[in-house]
Amino acid sequence: MPSTVVAELRDITIAFPGVKALDGVDLVLRAGEIHALMGENGAGKSTLIKALTGVYAIDSGTVEVGGRPRRFSGTADAQAAGIATVYQEVNLCTNLSVGENVMLGREVRGRLGIDWSATHRAARTALELLGLQIDTRTSLSSHSIAVQQLIAIARATVLESAVLVLDEPTSSLDRSEVEQLFAVVRRMRDTGVAVLFVTHFLDQVYELCDRITVLRNGRRVGEFPTAELPRRELVSTMLGRELARLEAIEDRALAVGAADSTVPVLRVEDLGRKGVIAGASLELRPGEIVGLAGLLGSGRTELARLLYGADRPDAGHAEVHGRPARLSSPRAALAHRIAFSSEDRRSEGIIPDLSVRENLVLAVQAQRGWARPLSRTQQDAIVERYMTSLGVQPPMPARSSATCRAATSRRCSWAAGSPRIPSSSSWTSPPAASTSVRRRRSSVRSRTSRPAASRCCSSRRSSRRSCASRSASTCCKTGISSPKSSTRRTSTWMTSSP
Amino acid sequence: MTAPAATGAPRLGGRGRSVRYRLNAWLPVLATCVILVLMLGAGQAVFGDFVSPRLLSSLFDNNPFLIVLAVGMTFVILTGGIDLSVGSVIAFSGLLGAQLFAAGWPAAAVLPLMVLSGTLIGAVVGVMVAFFDIQPFIASLAGMFLARGLAYVTSLKALPIHNDALNWLLGTSWGVGDWTTTPGVLLSLLLVAIAFWVFHYTRFGRTVYAVGGNEQSARLMGLAVTRTVFLVYLISGTCAGIAGVLFASYTQSGNPLAGLGMELQAIAAVVIGGTILTGGSGYVIGSLFGVLVYGLIQISITYMSVDSWWTYIVIGVMLLLFVVFQRAIAARRRR
Repeated sequence: MPSTVVAELRDITIAFPGVKALDGVDLVLRAGEIHALMGENGAGKSTLIKALTGVYAIDSGTVEVGGRPRRFSGTADAQAAGIATVYQEVNLCTNLSVGENVMLGREVRGRLGIDWSATHRAARTALELLGLQIDTRTSLSSHSIAVQQLIAIARATVLESAVLVLDEPTSSLDRSEVEQLFAVVRRMRDTGVAVLFVTHFLDQVYELCDRITVLRNGRRVGEFPTAELPRRELVSTMLGRELARLEAIEDRALAVGAADSTVPVLRVEDLGRKGVIAGASLELRPGEIVGLAGLLGSGRTELARLLYGADRPDAGHAEVHGRPARLSSPRAALAHRIAFSSEDRRSEGIIPDLSVRENLVLAVQAQRGWARPLSRTQQDAIVERYMTSLGVQPPMPARSSATCRAATSRRCSWAAGSPRIPSSSSWTSPPAASTSVRRRRSSVRSRTSRPAASRCCSSRRSSRRSCASRSASTCCKTGISSPKSSTRRTSTWMTSSP
Repeated sequence: MTAPAATGAPRLGGRGRSVRYRLNAWLPVLATCVILVLMLGAGQAVFGDFVSPRLLSSLFDNNPFLIVLAVGMTFVILTGGIDLSVGSVIAFSGLLGAQLFAAGWPAAAVLPLMVLSGTLIGAVVGVMVAFFDIQPFIASLAGMFLARGLAYVTSLKALPIHNDALNWLLGTSWGVGDWTTTPGVLLSLLLVAIAFWVFHYTRFGRTVYAVGGNEQSARLMGLAVTRTVFLVYLISGTCAGIAGVLFASYTQSGNPLAGLGMELQAIAAVVIGGTILTGGSGYVIGSLFGVLVYGLIQISITYMSVDSWWTYIVIGVMLLLFVVFQRAIAARRRR
């Protein structure tokens, strides 16, 4: 198949208040090709996708689809131009049936309005192509997230588009579902569709994609044929750092984690909640980063929430430093210096109407109580410290956090409180996920059952990302501050000395 | 904490599951029906010859304008919005008609203009909600004051209307024996039928449900969300205009105080009919039953010859029960 260019983005710049999310980025999608878009968190992948699919308006640059310049004012426009998108979060309507979700806006119409049996038949055909045998008249909400994701993909296939954008579609799928998806994507490629594939699983990139575009800090690093870019080089291209340096960090981290003799900082036994999670046990030792692996819906997020007291456990017990502790509410957990970074940081991690500064000091202030307000100088010190250590970009504490990009707001949500044990639930991306590095870690503490297919939720992951993406030397030493250094409240797990 | 084992090609949802899904969706409407029947039964038991063709006919005859309002309101509430302007529109549209009739205009011109006056107010509210992203509550509150103000500008006091065409709508009685109906009632039922068709057999109708289910998703699915939101307020306003015609025919006058609080009666009827206020779930047929329940309460109160204010107490209790009932269903569905 000759590589005709289907869609071309040239010199795209998108600026959010105070920061350029995209700076002169080019992207070329060719018919019959699967194109991977890679980059660590905050590199601008999702912004670029949103530029292509009409969600964001472009500040400068051009979008050409099918050789004609376009200016999308919304997703409907982009769809009409032949760009279909499957988002990471399932964007369907749970109040409607499966068949309707597949066909919404494309219903088969007869003389008396929508012909429902034909519509459902068409939906069933699209789903069967994906290997799904579903009664299309069942409610969408009665199916698992993974199936819903496949239904969203089926919807994209119905649109018969020239460009298919898949934004981390595999993050909630298990191995066999991923296989089915890949088969469909390949089939679509062979019919001449240009596919843009975003993922953090390097295996999948090499398994599926023909070409890779790498973004870093809102800029395009380059476009490479997959065959000419070995995995290690891809990772260092994404990070802009030598891989050897990263591996050195890992080794040091392993050395700390290997000491099994110490008292666990946090130990839970048979922690459970009715209808949510059946008794789970877990140990966290000083300096250790433990990953919780499992598919979406397997209970990783739920366990993380239980550990933090965000949901009240109704079974099991917990120990902090060997002493029994009741983690019945976030407040109680924070008192034990257990922090939580939610996967849905925008609604659970930050208060969008407050500034970055206010978000940063919020939890610290909450622990002190309203009677002892932090002075401006103290606040400044805290804010300063976290902004540099977490690399909050742009360094503008007064900015409203609602206007921050995803990656930035995540960093803000992080800093709140003085975590000893950051219990973070699925941070979608390990941009530094050099698979080789990851594998080594999991072979030491084999809690990750299927590194390739599973989305490991984890502090492990998250800390790796921060280790890799900025001054690694401070944070790699320990993920958890040692009990002895019960320093001031403002010490983080990242910066405190071991 | 183990990941579920990978299964082969998923086979999901049997026949039973889809039936249960649809039954679940219709459950609130069925519940309204059951309550209607129970109320009729209780009335029969208490008052003796309560249930009669005459009673059933008057259930419709007394409230055709409320049925029409509820139809329009169902569109709005299904998108997750609310329209408070419709009661005032009844007053405005009625007085506009009264003035125009008094000026000697023919009914063929006046009646469409009365309806259009409602469309206009609906358009104003719709533009505010759909294009300027103003909360429906505030936008329609503004529309409510606007319409009520326009009504007073049109006339400060009630004006009688003497027009054969208008009287014909609710003044004519067709029927067999004690079963009677009026053209106005048939019109309102026709609107219910049309609305049902629009909801379930047009893309616009399905988009209404999608917007109510998840507006963000509907947008990302490439549906015309903005246009749909604008249109539901336009429809609601138009329905209010039609209701204004029917109300003018019912009272044979235009009155600046007409329709006070009627928007809330319409909302109550829609909620009792099983439509969820957050949108995305409910049926226009349910709204019809909601109005019938409302009408039956009115009649029963009259039968008991107690103060008519008791209607409001009963309606209030009823509303509470229904909202709780809906919560229970929603909780069950989530499980």
